[in-house]
Amino acid sequence: MIDLSTSYLGMPLKTPIVASASPLSHHPDVIQRLEEAGASAVVMYSLFEEQIIRSSLELDYLLTHGAESFAEALNYLPDHGKYNVGPERYIEQIHELKRKVHIPVIGSLNGVSPGGWIHYARLIEEAGADALELNIYNIPTDPNITGADLEQGYVDLVRNVRAEIKIPLAIKLSPYFSSLPNLAWRLMEAGAQGLVLFNRFYQPDFDLESLEVVPNLQLSTSNDLRLPLRWVALLYGRVPVDLALTSGVHTANDVLKAMMAGAKVAMMASALLKGKPDEVVRAMLMELQTWMTEHEYESITQMQGSMAQRAVAEPSTYERANYMKVLGSYQDAGPTIPDVTLQAGMLYPVD
Amino acid sequence: MSSEQITLDGNEAVARVAYMLSEVVAIYPITPSTPMGESSDAYAAAGKPNLWGTVPSVYEMQSEGGAAGALHGAMQTGALTTTFTASQGLLLMIPNMYKIAGELTPTVFHIAARSLAAQGLSIFGDHSDVMSVRGTGFAMLAANSVQEAHDLSLVAHAAALESRVPFLHFFDGFRTSHEVNKISVLETETIRAMIDDELVHAHRSRALNPDRPVLRGTAQNPDVYFQARESVNPFYAACPGIVQKAMDRFAGLTGRQYRIFDYVGAPDAERVIVLMGSGGETAAETARFLADQGEKVGVVLVRLYRPFDSAALMAALPSTVRAIAALDRTKEPGSAGEPLFLDIVSAVTESQISPTVIGGRYGLSSKEFTPAMVKAVFDELGKDQPTTRFTIGINDDVSGTSLSYDPSFNIEAGETVRCVFWGLGADGTVGANKSSIKIIGEETDNNAQGYFVYDSKKSGSTTTSHLRFGPHPIHAPYLIGAGEANFVACHQFAFLERVDVLSYARPGGIFLLNTPFGPDQVWGQIPAEVRATIRAKNLRFYIIDAAAVAQSTGMGSRINTVMQTCFFAISGVLPREDAIAAIKDSIKKTYGKRGDTVVARNFMAVDQTLANLYEVAIPAADPSPNGLHMRPTVPDAAPAFVKDVLAPMIAGHGDDLPVSKMPFDGTYPTGTAQWEKRNIALEIPVWDEKICIQCGKCAFVCPHAVIRPKVYPAEALEGAPEGFKSVSARFKELPGQLYTLQVSPEDCTGCTLCVEVCPVKDKTQVGRKAINMAPQPPLRVAESANWDFFLSLPEVDRTQIGLGSIKNSQLLQPLFEFSGACSGCGETPYVKLVSQLYGDRAVIANATGCSSIYGGNLPTTPWSVNKDGRGPTWSNSLFEDNAEFGLGMRLSIDKQEEYARELLPKLADIIGADLVDALLNADQASEAGIAAQRERVDALKVRLDAAPAGPKSPLVKDLLAMIDVLVKRSVWIMGGDGWAYDIGYGGLDHVLASGRNVNILVLDTEVYSNTGGQASKSTPLAAVAKFAAKGKGRPKKDLGLIAMAYGDVYVARIAMGYDDVQTLRAIQEAEAYPGVSLVIAYSHCIAHGIDMTRGLDQQKLAVQSGMWTLYRYNPDLIDQGKPAMVIDSKPPSISPEKYIAGEGRFQMLVHSDPTRSAALMAQAATNNHEHHLRLEQLAKGE
Repeated sequence: MIDLSTSYLGMPLKTPIVASASPLSHHPDVIQRLEEAGASAVVMYSLFEEQIIRSSLELDYLLTHGAESFAEALNYLPDHGKYNVGPERYIEQIHELKRKVHIPVIGSLNGVSPGGWIHYARLIEEAGADALELNIYNIPTDPNITGADLEQGYVDLVRNVRAEIKIPLAIKLSPYFSSLPNLAWRLMEAGAQGLVLFNRFYQPDFDLESLEVVPNLQLSTSNDLRLPLRWVALLYGRVPVDLALTSGVHTANDVLKAMMAGAKVAMMASALLKGKPDEVVRAMLMELQTWMTEHEYESITQMQGSMAQRAVAEPSTYERANYMKVLGSYQDAGPTIPDVTLQAGMLYPVD
Repeated sequence: MSSEQITLDGNEAVARVAYMLSEVVAIYPITPSTPMGESSDAYAAAGKPNLWGTVPSVYEMQSEGGAAGALHGAMQTGALTTTFTASQGLLLMIPNMYKIAGELTPTVFHIAARSLAAQGLSIFGDHSDVMSVRGTGFAMLAANSVQEAHDLSLVAHAAALESRVPFLHFFDGFRTSHEVNKISVLETETIRAMIDDELVHAHRSRALNPDRPVLRGTAQNPDVYFQARESVNPFYAACPGIVQKAMDRFAGLTGRQYRIFDYVGAPDAERVIVLMGSGGETAAETARFLADQGEKVGVVLVRLYRPFDSAALMAALPSTVRAIAALDRTKEPGSAGEPLFLDIVSAVTESQISPTVIGGRYGLSSKEFTPAMVKAVFDELGKDQPTTRFTIGINDDVSGTSLSYDPSFNIEAGETVRCVFWGLGADGTVGANKSSIKIIGEETDNNAQGYFVYDSKKSGSTTTSHLRFGPHPIHAPYLIGAGEANFVACHQFAFLERVDVLSYARPGGIFLLNTPFGPDQVWGQIPAEVRATIRAKNLRFYIIDAAAVAQSTGMGSRINTVMQTCFFAISGVLPREDAIAAIKDSIKKTYGKRGDTVVARNFMAVDQTLANLYEVAIPAADPSPNGLHMRPTVPDAAPAFVKDVLAPMIAGHGDDLPVSKMPFDGTYPTGTAQWEKRNIALEIPVWDEKICIQCGKCAFVCPHAVIRPKVYPAEALEGAPEGFKSVSARFKELPGQLYTLQVSPEDCTGCTLCVEVCPVKDKTQVGRKAINMAPQPPLRVAESANWDFFLSLPEVDRTQIGLGSIKNSQLLQPLFEFSGACSGCGETPYVKLVSQLYGDRAVIANATGCSSIYGGNLPTTPWSVNKDGRGPTWSNSLFEDNAEFGLGMRLSIDKQEEYARELLPKLADIIGADLVDALLNADQASEAGIAAQRERVDALKVRLDAAPAGPKSPLVKDLLAMIDVLVKRSVWIMGGDGWAYDIGYGGLDHVLASGRNVNILVLDTEVYSNTGGQASKSTPLAAVAKFAAKGKGRPKKDLGLIAMAYGDVYVARIAMGYDDVQTLRAIQEAEAYPGVSLVIAYSHCIAHGIDMTRGLDQQKLAVQSGMWTLYRYNPDLIDQGKPAMVIDSKPPSISPEKYIAGEGRFQMLVHSDPTRSAALMAQAATNNHEHHLRLEQLAKGE
């Protein structure tokens, strides 16, 4: 019998496949089916403090805009007095998920204010979440803010939240740090038990006809696996935290790679959104077992970290030489070198 | 029984009781009673039970007539019922009221009494409406104050049940319905104790019931009708006693004793005023004041006006009375006297005493009625030969009816603090003052009163809040007078240059000003007149830069919290710390449910206010020269009527205009809005002529006609002000000419729709367009000069250009300009377009609603004239009859044209056969054809004028009297969806079936916009509106398909934000179509809860989502062998969710009930798809 079990943030899990933060968690019935298919935990969609603030201000605008201006129409919309503009619906959905599934439910939070992070983290804990994932992103646009300032902000945030809640804490990061291992270490010291690699940013596009910047949300593919794969492999064994790999997990092979790099779990969203979520998971787990049987693996834990940088014969393949080699081969094929700085330069503040 | 003391307004005070005592509540919006229906709907939506523990059924009807009919049915089948209405609404209920009373069916109609439309409509308060129904058989109970309206609501319901006589409970519109006052609220136990369930059961037992069948509502014949009519007399005879008994029972429960006629004043009074309503409060307080000074005066307050108990009235009068003045708040032209006066005369005649009785009118349309006026009436009664019929409160220099009075007479207690606040509509001033009254009324031992005055504009309106508070109950239902306010606050710095804000300030009072200038600069920045007043009245002067504090705390343009904090900090009504705690508590209560952020920002604003509040040390010397001055109300160039009559109204001095200045038949000149320079835009559009493509879209969508293009010959540029921009025109019909796009800086409202629609993007900076917003103040002087010069440039020759394109259409002069509609209004661009295309020959019937208010509310009108003096001629009849009104115009014009055409051949010897022939056979299908016919008519006039006297002279005169109808008239019937879909639908349907050449423009905002956003049958599925607080559960009525069913009606649905060319084409086809045309125009609206700068985008999304399909159904195409239907928009390409994401009316439901919202939106998507398929079938000719 093949043992697919793993653990994450101190929680024993039956399989390494976890449903990542996505709109699917709006639908408890879908999560129920995912559980039946073998998903071992679910990360809720993110509670965005920014969205709460915006909803709140919008509602206030609606109820006051044009009011008390004209004798016949002192306002224009009925005031119900009760609205779900705060975290109420999110909290309610955690409750509902906890009632309906037995797998761990991991809350996800994206805050903007120091008070907001702590307040909502507490609420999520009180609602019964088994763990909390902080979905931190802060796209710097101010030339006066240094990378060190930004990183220190992350570390302080994690420390502050850690001090306020008891449930396990994971941090979802972007890949855009000068020294990710250093940051990872400091986050671990600040109280993070897990790191989730990586957040995929909303990358806007240009519409050349309308000359407008337009949102362009694209689902990931297996090609996107490589970036987190490398960083999981680099961090494994260096920073003693649980690593979760997210972005680009679409096949059983992707899960195997994640595990071998050193991830405790492989998180999936795009693949689930593309197909029928439960069928996708079921098929992947079957395939996983088949592969493991064929290759005589007994357990997931057996392979975890087996291809991490520290475990492979040529650790340098993970480092800079790797990058040079790829570019070299690309150039040999003819096309010019792509502008590798473009992607970072294209990051826009999300407002 | 002790009860809670709270501050609320009269409408809410009444609705609380009426709702508690009803099972079926039929409602329909009409100012000023609408909030009672809204409260009832909100109570029901929140599941609030009535006295018997069940939630009443609150149901909106299509008109007040419908509401009365529904109630009649509900009563006949045993329900406890109520409704709320006013004015024209009450008139529509009259037929049913006779029935309801005739059948002795207990109910209570609560009325916020309001003027009736006569020479003009008025939304304000008097007794014209209730006096019009005094013959119906309803008992009439008058409440004089907010507390009384609350209390007598209960008395009315109790007495109705016992007497079986239906009751009209009324109180003064606005003055009582909208006054906020501190009252004792009735406990549920009190209400319970007043209502006898046995009487309820008796009512049920009389219900129509097939288990005990009866027939009610027979047709009766001469033999018995009369006797049957007399059979009810015992019920009416018993009614006053029952009411008094209920009042006595009420007094036992609450300690507040009312009598059907209450006397106040000296026990040995010789002079007595009799009146009812809020004026009674003023009169009673004045009588007490004068009696305390030894004057023998008193007041009888009439509470039960019908059934009129003469004996009780006489018993209420002191035996010493020598002269009585009956004051009526209504007018019956041509009568022997107004109703109350006649009733008093009758009562006195039948009594043993014989005092002199005189009658006067006061307070029509909320005209102020003050202690000074009461004193004048008492003084008149003291004369040996008093004026027997008089008016008080106006200067009647035509008929000489008016009594003079001394406005400085004042009776208010010295302890009462009086405060006046000047605000800009929607800046939060009124809301903040309502909050302050609540704080003062509920957190201190003070009594408090608030009343709010709004001007007639929907954008950039001026509000004044009148607050009183003090240790004694406040019985002062009149505004704070000149020189009386202890505290005056001006929340908008710009007001200083156009309004005398300090006229209210008393010497030694306080003046608080919101200003961008600091304590060291402000003195030099305020007009000399204001500086002089501050010195003369020795005012303490405080300033705050509220806008800066609001901005820095994320409050945007809402300065309410900042100014409220200043008020408490300066006024000292509460210790500062307590005041701040109370304000924060109030903020939590008001905004808590809207989220923590809103509360936090308001808190921050409170905290940052005090550090920015300064007292200004008045400098010893003024700037030299004397600095800025207040601006004249209207420019010097304005016509005499504008200067003499309209300007005083604009300046807020309309009360001082004498009767002789008033047009006696309600006829006013058009083209007057141009003189009312309101300067309300903070930013205005600025033209970048270098990148403009001259498409005209900006002018097309401009709701206020303030951005206009002109094409003109180069030589016309001579004398242009420096900086006047022009470029070569890109119009193929007008080669070699120049083009200018000009903005009127003082008329623009800053809505930004022009910028939003501009298709040009600067290639070096895509965020810039060919027009961009820039601050108005630095541009005002130069651009005003440019605008004046622009107006002097010649208008385009309408006959020389094709009108099928947007850019050409916008060269036509708008004859609808500078309306007071909401900034960014979605209706007015359509109205303006009609005025451009057909204004010089248009006759317009306008349904009551937003369009009649921004189109016809005094002081000025946007309907305008061209250089020849021609322009739209406009009238508003009613809300419900507009289609018929317009059809009547068509019938009249057609008849006169027919007669004129009959006369022409008869006068051929005078006119000449050729001209007769040309006139009769003129092709007027084009601008050129119209122009040619005008020339013929001019020639005809010359020949007729020159005709020698002879046997045909009478015919010549007849023809001259109606000669203008020989030029084709364009009849437009305009109104909103409340009219077209609901209250006016019966008439509209009849007009659709008429086949006559009328053009119907429905400005479809999908809601009753003018009364504040109540649902109509046009409201779409899932939208939240008042009266549909849970989200509308039924789909929108498809008026277009209904009209198409007639087969010969031209029907178009348009949305200029999606396709402006289709809009233009549809309006042109509608006008050209020789039968009935119906154009249904999507009009984004402030009531949609949208960002008004995005109104055109929302139109686009509405069409793309299939919520609003564009089409033209032209029966003329059938004759050409084509299907009549042309669909002008693509099948739904986006989900309705994308459209509703930008609309608060839908988002309210998303937030409050996401499950219901999702279900209704899914249904909407299906409906949209099916609707499109159905239209496609029509387009295929299937």
